[in-house]
Amino acid sequence: MKSFTVLQGVAAPMDRANVDTDLIIPKQFLKSVKRSGFGPNLFDELRYTDEGQPGQDCSTRTLKADFPLNQARYQGASILLARENFGCGSSREHAPWALEDYGFRCIIAPSYADIFYNNCFKNGVLPVVLEASVVEGLFAEMYATPGYQLSVDLDSQLVTTPAGAQHAFDVDAFRKHCLLNGLDDIGLTLESSAAIRDYESKWRQQSPWLFDVIK
Amino acid sequence: MSGKTLYDKLWQSHLVEQREDGSALIYIDRQLIHEVTSPQAFDGLRLAGRQPWRLDANLAVPDHNVPTEARERSGGVAGIVDPVSRLQVQTLDDNCRDFDIVEIDINDVRQGIVHVVGPEQGATLPGMTVVCGDSHTSTHGALGALAHGIGTSEVEHALATQCLVQSKMKNLLVRVDGQLGPGVSAKDVALAVIGEIGTAGGTGYAIEFGGEVVRAMSMEGRMTMCNMSIEAGARMGMVAVDDITLEYVNGRPYAPTGDLWEQAVDAWKDLHSDADAVFDRVVELRGEDIKPQVTWGTSPEMVLPVDGILPDPAAMDNDTRRTATERALEYMGLSAGMAITDIKPDRVFIGSCTNSRIEDLRAAAAVVKGKTIASSIKQALVVPGSGEVKKQAEAEGLDKVFLDAGMEWREPGCSMCLAMNADKLGAGEHCASTSNRNFEGRQGFGGRTHLVSPAMAAAAAVAGHFIDVRDL
Repeated sequence: MKSFTVLQGVAAPMDRANVDTDLIIPKQFLKSVKRSGFGPNLFDELRYTDEGQPGQDCSTRTLKADFPLNQARYQGASILLARENFGCGSSREHAPWALEDYGFRCIIAPSYADIFYNNCFKNGVLPVVLEASVVEGLFAEMYATPGYQLSVDLDSQLVTTPAGAQHAFDVDAFRKHCLLNGLDDIGLTLESSAAIRDYESKWRQQSPWLFDVIK
Repeated sequence: MSGKTLYDKLWQSHLVEQREDGSALIYIDRQLIHEVTSPQAFDGLRLAGRQPWRLDANLAVPDHNVPTEARERSGGVAGIVDPVSRLQVQTLDDNCRDFDIVEIDINDVRQGIVHVVGPEQGATLPGMTVVCGDSHTSTHGALGALAHGIGTSEVEHALATQCLVQSKMKNLLVRVDGQLGPGVSAKDVALAVIGEIGTAGGTGYAIEFGGEVVRAMSMEGRMTMCNMSIEAGARMGMVAVDDITLEYVNGRPYAPTGDLWEQAVDAWKDLHSDADAVFDRVVELRGEDIKPQVTWGTSPEMVLPVDGILPDPAAMDNDTRRTATERALEYMGLSAGMAITDIKPDRVFIGSCTNSRIEDLRAAAAVVKGKTIASSIKQALVVPGSGEVKKQAEAEGLDKVFLDAGMEWREPGCSMCLAMNADKLGAGEHCASTSNRNFEGRQGFGGRTHLVSPAMAAAAAVAGHFIDVRDL
């Protein structure tokens, strides 16, 4: 996993509440057995006029001009400004894969769906939670300022605006540690192998019907 | 000190390690695997040179991509026409063979939607922790299990370590007391709850469903309720174990028998919240107040009783809500002030992990029996949740009832719930659907979904428009 320390980048809007993972990456692209290459199909139904198909060359498709990511001012964006309950719906990790593949390393929103929020951290994407009123302010500044950039510092847990305003955010200590260092958390968990085995043998004695049944 | 909730108990019994930073290692008893969210996890294991921690904890079944037409289905994996779908199902077969994981394959009579198959086979049991790379894993909470969806990285993590790193959720009790009226089902209760608390109302919480209505519900109904927890924002929903649970589990193929059964039942009797347990939040509804529900928009919280009138965005103060309502009405091709009963579905879909169990099919069949679907309905699909459900329904003659009414009787799978196979809506088409999500494009590009109960879907099929099933 890519580490995340400090990100300075252009912010782009996804200005609606309850953006679901079907909208982030439609189901036909879930048929891929790979975890990369989803970027061109991020927000496919909002981005293109036609229905996208897996394996299609997206460079020849007609873009919807009113969709922000198709506009010159948001090109190269790495921070997505979003609204309440971003990432609701399915548990598909293809959603953060698509965001990351497109180039987004950070999302800023007032709230997220639980599974999506968790999936982001597994893929080097930082989901920042800020108060709705603060996010509203960032949207207003972004719309008023072409090329609007934000700086996100995970270590100090701060979002800094071009005017120098700073907004602190919370992040769980374990997730922060993994993201800052780009750690594979399977490796970390396996360091507790002895504790897992110990638990497992006690649990097996206590609940033998849970073991050796499916084989 | 106050008592424990059911969630507290399940958490505590699976706690391997509590860490200083607030995270915890939680042991996973059962992982269910399907073809869409697992290939990258198996690849990850291969890349790192890892093996599954405990083979017997896993059970795989393909469901999302499988064709539901008998002819295409009869060819097995090789017969799947869409090459991309075929590759994904084939990849699951290959991975299960390579890693020695038990798989119920495409034409096994036990095959079906993973969340129907798990409880049906006794592969998910009370007191278990259950995960699957699918958000509707919350379904299994109906058995008194701690069950939730995970992403592919966690599928790999659970395969490799038999654990997940988690933080404890808060406790939310949804209590539905009183009694449901005739024609009102678990689906209507679930939609009414979502209408009440919103699609993010349960975010950060584990939901326990309780109260007289839930206690009186069948296991199928409880599964429908828990299935829809995620549409209320909660990763998991659960119901305390009682005699209805035990009666359902007893005799299932993977359920314990003999002395082990007695021992298990003893342990399961504690799987309820203590009388003095404290919940962080309690939401109460009365069963009598719940009418059959129909969603009109593009989020499950955009729901109304069948006698409702579509909302007028112009009358809304909140900007986000107003724009969301405007956008939803536009996408759905509907207008403010219209009656729910004036909406005319083009297609009807009865199926999905929410509503494809035998009781759901019985409820739908009871409505269409002796009737025919309206001529304006282009297609009415009935897709049983598993081969076992199909077999049972056919033994009861339900397939004949549906076919006689002009509906199609299909092979089991996820089908038009998310349209990863050939079953999908055309652009602009409305669907009366017993599935769980009415998101834009969910059932097909430009498709318009209305979530309803099986009885209400059947009623709409007959009437050609939404109608209170009690008025049919």
